[in-house]
Amino acid sequence: MLDLQGYGPRLIEGAGVTLQLAVLSLILAIVLGLLTATAKMSRSWLLHRTATVYTTVIRSVPDLVLMMLLFFGGQIGVNAISDMLYDHYGIDIYFNFNAFAAGVLTIGFIFGAYMGETFRGAFMAVDYGQIEAGKAYGMSNALVFRRIRFPQMMRHALPGLSNNWMVLLKTTALVSVIGLTDMVRVAAEASRATHEPFVFLIPVALVYLLIASVSEWMFARLQKRYDIGFGGQ
Amino acid sequence: MATTPTPLEVRNIKKRFGDTEVLKGLSLEAQKGDVITLIGASGSGKSTFLRCMNLLEQPDDGELIVHGEHIRFKTTKHGREPADWKQVVRMRAKLSMVFQSFNLWAHMTLLENIIEAPIHVLGKPKKEATEQAHALLERVGLSARANAYPAQMSGGQQQRGAIARALAMDPEVMLFDEPTSALDPELVGDVLKVMRDLADEGRTMVVVTHEMSFARDVSSQVIYLHQGLVEEAGTPQEVLGNPQSPRLKQFLAPKY
Repeated sequence: MLDLQGYGPRLIEGAGVTLQLAVLSLILAIVLGLLTATAKMSRSWLLHRTATVYTTVIRSVPDLVLMMLLFFGGQIGVNAISDMLYDHYGIDIYFNFNAFAAGVLTIGFIFGAYMGETFRGAFMAVDYGQIEAGKAYGMSNALVFRRIRFPQMMRHALPGLSNNWMVLLKTTALVSVIGLTDMVRVAAEASRATHEPFVFLIPVALVYLLIASVSEWMFARLQKRYDIGFGGQ
Repeated sequence: MATTPTPLEVRNIKKRFGDTEVLKGLSLEAQKGDVITLIGASGSGKSTFLRCMNLLEQPDDGELIVHGEHIRFKTTKHGREPADWKQVVRMRAKLSMVFQSFNLWAHMTLLENIIEAPIHVLGKPKKEATEQAHALLERVGLSARANAYPAQMSGGQQQRGAIARALAMDPEVMLFDEPTSALDPELVGDVLKVMRDLADEGRTMVVVTHEMSFARDVSSQVIYLHQGLVEEAGTPQEVLGNPQSPRLKQFLAPKY
């Protein structure tokens, strides 16, 4: 029988951290991705330029470097703000730049850039006649987006979205470098302490596999839903 | 009489794409019950003219008056644009368009297509919109297809469904952009029949078409466009029965 030598509860806790981190980062990444795609398709030069710089920089710098930059840089930034508040206004507050928040922000920020490209391609794949029909019937841009563009874009976006999610999930393992106790960190500690790495790392691998399998099933269901009306039902 | 404002009036519409001026100052006035057909060769500007009427294309110059309301424009660095998009949205809800390629929303059933804009644009209760939609479907002979998706329907069914969608807005004017051009010949008749019925019941319509028999039998006014200008306009008897310009004569001559 598998003996986790008392590390069981901490591993489960770590798995919880991994899952929360992944889901919150995904939500942030989707929001940033939609904004980036919109900015890239906008005719405003500034928005377009900003979005291009964002995706280019993010996609060329390693995730690990970005994560440390944001975590340490973020702490320095927060410290500077609280120093400034104290010096000028006598307000004495101290923020601790939370490692969990830093993790969500970094991962969300990185994957927002990838999602942006996924969504941009998906939006461009929607037949323009569908959008024109919405406009011709008196729909505002917001209504056209909500009722036509978004639901029709999703079927093109889902394969890329699902792929990005799988990579994102595995990227959460990097957060142990900024001191966050996810399940990888617990397993690494336990392996060192007990000299039995397989006992801890194989269950961790299986948890990732489980999350990935469940999400694959959910993505397949979503795909089916958004494919309705486009044949192949 | 003349207590209700003119449903649609456009004056001196001009439009250029790059260096090509496609509309060189076109005007039209649709009174209640008018059926105005726009005819002309490909590239004469008839579809662009129609699309300027609900601002799917932005005219570079000219006036647009819908139900007595002047649409306001402003000049930006991107060219001339409506000054108030809320006004445009309100105006478009009064002008339903039927497209050459149908453009029924592919992710919705036929019924959902028909109730979509009445619910979300006009703010009708869902129950009322659905009852109305069923009546319209019966009218265009598609009651049995209410729950079909556009991809499961023939072109002719899709176009009749699109006409039902347009009617559900209870529009002031219906704009038809070559409604039968994308259909197989044997499906054209059903769509034209629905359009004839609409004309008979006094709907105001502006129709871009290549169907000369429709133009002859149904229109109150025929406008022949050539290179962005009106070459001839008048009653069908005048324009189609007694064409003056050599170009129109040639356009109307049997092709084979």
